[in-house]
Amino acid sequence: MKALDADPFSHETLDDPWPMHETLREAGPVVHLSRYDVYAMARYAQVHAALVDWQSFPSAAGVGLSNFRYEKPWRPPSLLLETDPPGRDAPRAVLSAVVGPRALRRLRQEWHAAAADLVDHLLAGTGGEVELDAVTALAEAFPLRVFPDAVGIPREGRENLLPYGDHLFNAFGPANDLVRNGQERAGELTAWVNAQCRREVLAPDGFGAAIWAAADRGDLTVEQAPLVVRSLLSAGVDTTVHGLAAVLYAFATHPAQWERLRHSPELARVAFDEAVRWQSPVQTFFRTADRDVLIGDVTVPSGAKILMFLAAANRDPRRWRDPARFDLGRDPSGHVGFGMGLHQCVGQHVARLEAEALLTALAARVRRIELAGRPVPHHNNTLRAWKSLPVHLALD
Amino acid sequence: MDLDLRVTAKEPAADGIVTLTLQDRHRRRLPDWESGAHIDVVLPGGLTRQYSLCGDRWDAHSYRIGVLREPDGRGGSAHIHDRLAVGDPVGLGGPRNNFRLTPSPRYLFIAGGIGITPILPMLRDAEILGADWELLYGGRGPSSMAFLDELGRYGDRVTVQTSGLLDLQAWLGRAGAATTVYCCGPAPLLRAVQELCTGRLRTERFTAEPLPGAARDLPFDLELRRSKTTLTVRPGQSILQAVTGAGIGVLSSCAQGLCGTCETTVLDGVPDHRDALLDDDERATGDRMFICVSRSRSPRLVVDL
Ligand SMILES: Cc1cc2nc3c(=O)[nH]c(=O)nc-3n(C[C@H](O)[C@H](O)[C@H](O)COP(=O)(O)OP(=O)(O)OC[C@H]3O[C@@H](n4cnc5c(N)ncnc54)[C@H](O)[C@@H]3O)c2cc1C
Ligand code: HEM
Repeated sequence: MKALDADPFSHETLDDPWPMHETLREAGPVVHLSRYDVYAMARYAQVHAALVDWQSFPSAAGVGLSNFRYEKPWRPPSLLLETDPPGRDAPRAVLSAVVGPRALRRLRQEWHAAAADLVDHLLAGTGGEVELDAVTALAEAFPLRVFPDAVGIPREGRENLLPYGDHLFNAFGPANDLVRNGQERAGELTAWVNAQCRREVLAPDGFGAAIWAAADRGDLTVEQAPLVVRSLLSAGVDTTVHGLAAVLYAFATHPAQWERLRHSPELARVAFDEAVRWQSPVQTFFRTADRDVLIGDVTVPSGAKILMFLAAANRDPRRWRDPARFDLGRDPSGHVGFGMGLHQCVGQHVARLEAEALLTALAARVRRIELAGRPVPHHNNTLRAWKSLPVHLALD
Repeated sequence: MDLDLRVTAKEPAADGIVTLTLQDRHRRRLPDWESGAHIDVVLPGGLTRQYSLCGDRWDAHSYRIGVLREPDGRGGSAHIHDRLAVGDPVGLGGPRNNFRLTPSPRYLFIAGGIGITPILPMLRDAEILGADWELLYGGRGPSSMAFLDELGRYGDRVTVQTSGLLDLQAWLGRAGAATTVYCCGPAPLLRAVQELCTGRLRTERFTAEPLPGAARDLPFDLELRRSKTTLTVRPGQSILQAVTGAGIGVLSSCAQGLCGTCETTVLDGVPDHRDALLDDDERATGDRMFICVSRSRSPRLVVDL
């Protein structure tokens, strides 16, 4: 097995992670990252197999670098993401129902209308051309408009959601400057998020209230309910923002693909998943070896942390033809951008509905979308993110 | 990846009860499940019956079910007892779960006869979760009660009653407000428990609405109305494979009927639901399906693709 000195969390890597992914992928099915004393997988076959094999690679010791076998978690662990069976069964069952396809059916029209309205307002009175920052004006604006309402949290303080998520996703990495910078506000943000999970503050018809109703039915305990609401607020905001940014970046740099979407708007769902494959808004998650696990001819010792490169698996040429290409003609099915197996993203249908709504609204009015300046990345230990994406839109 | 499920072991577990072990022919992982879950077993000829999973979910490669011979039945359990042999293929639907273990500081499990099957894996969960629990297991004599040996390791948490009526009044009377009662067994037992239980109660009954006709093991025609195409889906091939094979894009993800990504609207025909997502009412409505695993009961199925 190869030992490598690569640093997945350096600013250089976060700026442009793809060369390091290729190095890791080509170094073998599993490699050792000496800097952090962790193992890493970057090939599709191994990442997929390990994500699905929760028995050998559980999550309860944390899905970040910190090993809860030996270290105290910085916040009470998630009942879904950081809990194994059987403890996670009830929270997962409840949340799957609350944000599942059936529950989303009633939001479909509303979110499509909200997206059309947002786009109309942005473009109103601009004539045939407009320049804007696709991150703030679209990728942030749309989820922040529909998702907190759907959860049912009050309007006050919603500006805390993105910084909270940003810190949370940084905290899965090492205690580098990104984490240190976030620490200052972490206490205050956590307190605010926790306060939004209480029954009294949640609107009666939202996802949050549905979680509390599950506690009333006995499907959860009243101690668990706020933590399950917290999962929505932690995992459901930054992820979709950067997922939308990824698909907008993709179209801004692939005009022929935008043409294609304009011609066949029903490709919006495929386009979003292809962008999730191509950019992997969630780049990595850790697992912990439950016991000595043999991978090929390498034994990963019990208790060792393993870094799963979802992003590298999503561009593994062993699995994808011409993987670095964003292509609506491709079938992105089976990508691991939402994970796979027991912990696979419970909010994936929410993310897809948001994306479908926004892309459909844009495709109806925007003839051409192209970069109007240099995209500025936003560094995060887990997320592939942008600070700004200046784009030029030409309207019909 | 269409699973190819086979019977890999068949053993008597008590008078009139056999356990079957089911595994993929290529030893691939089977879909994950939680305690209380059941699968649809599709027998040769298309007869479909539900059986609770009573094995070990930490073993990703095997399902275990326990089947009681039902002498007055329409032949499902008799077929399993008399005809189904090691090596035979069976079709799979699910796993689905209407009998989930919900969090509780204390459980009282009440099993009557074959009703022990869904409860068996719950006991291990309750142990891991550190809950306080007891099992009351009633039957008609030790020789007709399955899994007594496995229950031995739980010591005096388990009370086995091999004759007479269970003293439900006393057991439920002692249960207290912090106890969640789980009960599975024959209808009279369920009725009595429902009457006497004043606290939180979850039950499972082993009766399902009969399905419309038999599952097809023949090819069927699949009309993709929007694409103006008709395909033939062969046995052993999924609808998803047939559709993507014809160059028509459908988004999917888990390929096991678990994640819900490939949800497809049904316009005509009767789907043969094999997913883990739809409940019985939604299945009966038949207006949507998950094409990575589900098939057709009618010779022709029309979908919105
Ligand atoms: C969620 C679930 C879990 C189950 N788990 C198990 C399990 O772990 N182990 C197990 O042994 N069984 C289990 N069962 C029952 C199982 O699915 C079968 O029903 C059982 O094996 C009998 O099948 P059969 O074809 O022999 O009889 P069936 O034809 O299904 O007959 C079953 C009962 O229905 C009555 N009946 C027969 N025909 C009719 C009719 N036309 N109209 C009305 N009633 C009729 C019979 O008298 C008989 O008592 C489960 C059922 C469900 C729904
Ligand atoms: C593009 C957007 C999104 C991406 C890329 C994404 C990615 C992921 C990934 C990779 C996982 C798996 C984690 C693991 O295996 O350890 C996951 C889990 C999870 N996601 Fe998402 N997600 C997105 C949107 C959402 C949304 C909108 C929600 C809430 C509505 C959400 C809630 C969750 C939760 C609660 C989990 C934990 C599930 C579990 O452990 O059972 N996500 N997500």
